[in-house]
Amino acid sequence: MNKKVKILINGIIKENPIFVLLLGMCPTLATTSSAINGMSMGLATMFVLISSNAVISLLKNVIPDMVRIPAFIVVIATFVTIVEMMMNAYVPALAESLGIFIPLIVVNCIVLGRAEAFASKNGVLSSIFDGVGIGLGFTLALTLLGASRELLGTGKIFSQTIYPEQYGSLLFVLAPGAFIVLGFLIAIFNKLQHKKA
Amino acid sequence: MAKLQSSFRNMFLSLSLICLTVALLLAQVNKMTATPIAEAKAMKLQNAIREVVPAFDNDPVAEAYRMAGGSGDSLLVYPARQGDELVGFAINSYSNNGFSGNIQIMVGFDMEHHIVNYAVLQHGETPGLGSKMTEWFRDATRPSQSVIGRDLSQGALTVTKDGGDVDAITASTITSRAFMEAVNRAYTVYSGSMEDAWSGATTATDEETEETTNEGGIGNE
Repeated sequence: MNKKVKILINGIIKENPIFVLLLGMCPTLATTSSAINGMSMGLATMFVLISSNAVISLLKNVIPDMVRIPAFIVVIATFVTIVEMMMNAYVPALAESLGIFIPLIVVNCIVLGRAEAFASKNGVLSSIFDGVGIGLGFTLALTLLGASRELLGTGKIFSQTIYPEQYGSLLFVLAPGAFIVLGFLIAIFNKLQHKKA
Repeated sequence: MAKLQSSFRNMFLSLSLICLTVALLLAQVNKMTATPIAEAKAMKLQNAIREVVPAFDNDPVAEAYRMAGGSGDSLLVYPARQGDELVGFAINSYSNNGFSGNIQIMVGFDMEHHIVNYAVLQHGETPGLGSKMTEWFRDATRPSQSVIGRDLSQGALTVTKDGGDVDAITASTITSRAFMEAVNRAYTVYSGSMEDAWSGATTATDEETEETTNEGGIGNE
């Protein structure tokens, strides 16, 4: 069991996809204009990660090496399509605000990366834990980034007003703000990690 | 179980089986979610109509018709009736001149050429700038930027920068112009619908040329 916990922690801290591996930057920068958007994007990706990791580790022996990438992509695309349909059906407002970035989870290199690097070499249970760990790391990073940008830009967190909107700087809601906030968050993350080590 | 060799037969079988299973699964999910998706869309349309016209008791969606107005595509018109009497029109208008492309709005008019309300259905404007149009043009506390209650028979709406009397959204003049264009386009169709309502005709009439000229003056180049 200890090993499983290690895999989980590994995804959140040591190999955090955003702050350490710097993978999946496109949805990270584009969808984190508010905390709720960042969190939903993270959760959608986490669902895809866990399901595709589980299925791929189950199928790893019946997929010949030479066609593994198309096979992985088909599995991943299936789960992404399911997420998209579900979101359109039950949370249409959210689906609209995330827009094209939900279908684009298919080409998110975190998902394929984990399938290739972890799920195709490990057992089902470990792969699920890896999906949860990396997914949580991604979700936490996106929520943190979204919350910081929302707070600096509009004075709110999860639409709860912290300070009046006119003192916020619009820059942080726009694209350049995403880069600036991400840079600072990575710096803080590294500082904390080095202290621990 | 040992890993399958990458022989042609194995690759073919493995990929085909995976794709087949996946297709079946997706077909099932699609079947399950088709009704909720359609309901969510219908709900959104209903709410938008309810928001922009006076109280009604008919089903505007069932009575909707297309009507050409000025330049561009014909627009969907949703007539609102209370009993037998027409109380207003909700018009699904658009502009292709937004800062990030197409903007879809629902504009509601009463029977005296006044705008009752509007709802933005779809847009790709910058968050925090152009996206403010969802509230900006109906802020009752700022009459110079609100379009609610304006009488369009007095002439088309334009932003102050173009010599009109509607304050544009700060730092989003392009979005504001596109919004005005969509509202004016809706009004062109509205006047056509009014003609129909009085004369009982069903086809678009030529009386729209005058409004078209007004619309052309907005200058959204």
